[in-house]
Amino acid sequence: MAALLNVRNLEARYGDTRVLRGVSFEVAEGGITTILGANGAGKTTTLRAVCGMVKTAGEIGFDGRRIDGRATEDIVRLGVAHVPEGRGTFVQLTVEENLRLGAYARRDPGHLGADMERVCRYFPVLAERRHQIAGTLSGGEQQMLAVARGLMLRPRLLLLDEPSLGLAPLVVREIFRIIRTINREERVSVLLVEQNASLALALADHAYLMETGTVVRGGAAAELRENDAIRRAYLGY
Amino acid sequence: MDTLVQQIVSGLATGGIYGSVALALVMIYQATEVVNYAQGEMAMFSTYLAWTLLNAGVPYWVAFFATLAIAFVGGLLLERILIRPVESAPVLTIVIVCIGLLVILNSVAGWIYSYIQKPFPSPFPSRPIQLGNIYFGAHDIGALAVTLVVLAGLYVFFRFTTLGLAMRAAAQNPMSSRLCGIRVGWMLAIGWGLAAMVGAVAGMMVAPVVFLDPNMMSGILIYAFASATLGGFTSPGGAVAGGLIVGVIENLVGTYVKFIGTELKLTVALALILIVLLVRPSGLFGRAAVHRV
Repeated sequence: MAALLNVRNLEARYGDTRVLRGVSFEVAEGGITTILGANGAGKTTTLRAVCGMVKTAGEIGFDGRRIDGRATEDIVRLGVAHVPEGRGTFVQLTVEENLRLGAYARRDPGHLGADMERVCRYFPVLAERRHQIAGTLSGGEQQMLAVARGLMLRPRLLLLDEPSLGLAPLVVREIFRIIRTINREERVSVLLVEQNASLALALADHAYLMETGTVVRGGAAAELRENDAIRRAYLGY
Repeated sequence: MDTLVQQIVSGLATGGIYGSVALALVMIYQATEVVNYAQGEMAMFSTYLAWTLLNAGVPYWVAFFATLAIAFVGGLLLERILIRPVESAPVLTIVIVCIGLLVILNSVAGWIYSYIQKPFPSPFPSRPIQLGNIYFGAHDIGALAVTLVVLAGLYVFFRFTTLGLAMRAAAQNPMSSRLCGIRVGWMLAIGWGLAAMVGAVAGMMVAPVVFLDPNMMSGILIYAFASATLGGFTSPGGAVAGGLIVGVIENLVGTYVKFIGTELKLTVALALILIVLLVRPSGLFGRAAVHRV
C-alpha cells in the first residue's frame, strides 16, 4: 500500500530543547498506524508538527505533496483532521454547532445535514444531545464529539492524540471499537498517538515506538505485540 | 408620571447608544481580551465621514449605509495594519496601540474638520410623537429603533450564519478553530470591522443630540464602559442591557436628584463602574473568568 503520510527527518525544538530529533515514519493509505511512547517522548509534538502547529525542519509529505511549513488551516483543507489532546471542545457552543464547525473547511457545505446524521450513527449519544452545550457533556461524550467533529471534515487522514486520556476503560474500549469501524467504513487512514499501548497495538496494523524524540522501532503491530522486550517495557506483562 | 415615562424612553434611546458602543467593546474584548479604547474615536471618525457625504448632497440613508460599509472596511484594515503586528505581544502593548489610535484619530479629525461643533442631521422628523398625553422625541424613538434593528441583525448573524459561528468559535478556542480550518486572524479582523460598524451607527444616532465634534464620543465611551461593566464584559447581551439600564439611570438621576443635574451626570457612570466592580466584578450577566494556572 502507498503511504498517505510520509514524514522524513523531522526536527523540532521548544526553546533550546530539541524535542524531535530526526523522526521518520509513514502512514499507509487506509491503515491505522500508532505511535507509542512514554510521556515526553515527542508523540504529541509529532502530531502537531504534521498539522503545521509547531515549527519544524524536515519533510512532511501528504498524498505526494509537501505540507511542511504550510499553515494549519490549509493542511486541514487537504483533508487532515486533528483530534487534539484534551479534545479541543468548544465548550460554550452546542453539540450541533461543534459538529458544524468540523465541516467548516469543506467546499461542499450542502451535505451538512447528511453528514451530521452519518457521524451521529457512529455516536448515537451525540444525536440525543444535539442541542446541549458541549461543556456539559461527560469526558467520554466530549471525546466522541471530538472524533465526530473531525469526521465532519470527511478527512482522508484522522490524527488522534491520546483519545483514551482520562476516560474509564469501558468508554475507551467503546471509542476504539468505533474508530476501527470508521476506518473500515469510511476508508479514512488513522494516525493514533497513545500511552495505552495494549489497546493501541490491538487496534493498529502498524506501530512505531518513540523515545526521547526519536523513533526507536517500527513494524507491524502484531509483531511488536509479540516482542518480549516491548511487552515488558510498554505492556507490563 | 408623564415626565417619568418620557425620561425613561429618552433614557432608553441614549442607553441604546451606550449599549451599542459597549457591545462593540465586548465583541473585541471577547475575541482578544483587549479593551479597544479607540472604539469611541473610530465611531466619531465614521460620523465625520457621514457628515462629509451628507454635505456633498448624498441622501441620508445612502450616506448612512455607505458609512457603515466604510466603517467596516476601516475597522478591518486597522486590525490588519495596527493590531496584527502586536497580536502576540502582552496585553499592555495592545492597549497602548489602541490609546495611540485614539489620539491619532482625534487629532486627525480635528485637523481635517476643526474642533468647532457642527450640527448633524437626524433622519427622523423634528415634530414629537404623541401617545396619549405623552410626547416623545421622534429622534429618541427612531434612534432606539435603529439601534434595536442593528442589534437584532448582529444577533441573527452570530447565531445563524456559518461565518458568525466561526467567529464565536475563534473567540472561544483559537487552537481548535484553526484545526477546523478557520482563519482565526481574519475572524478577528472581521470582528473589528463589525465593531467599527456598530460604533458608526451609535455615532450617527448620537451626533444630532450632542453635535458633531472630535471629542463627542469621549463621554459616551465612559458610559459604554459603565454599561459593559454592569452587564458583564463576557456577555454581549449583557452589555446591551447594561447600556439601556445606564441610560435610564442616568436620565432619572439627572432629572430627579437635584444636586446632580446635568453637570454631575457623568459621575454617575463612574460611580456605577466602581460599585459593580466592588459588588459583582463579573457584571450582572457575565461569568467569572476561570483560568487554569
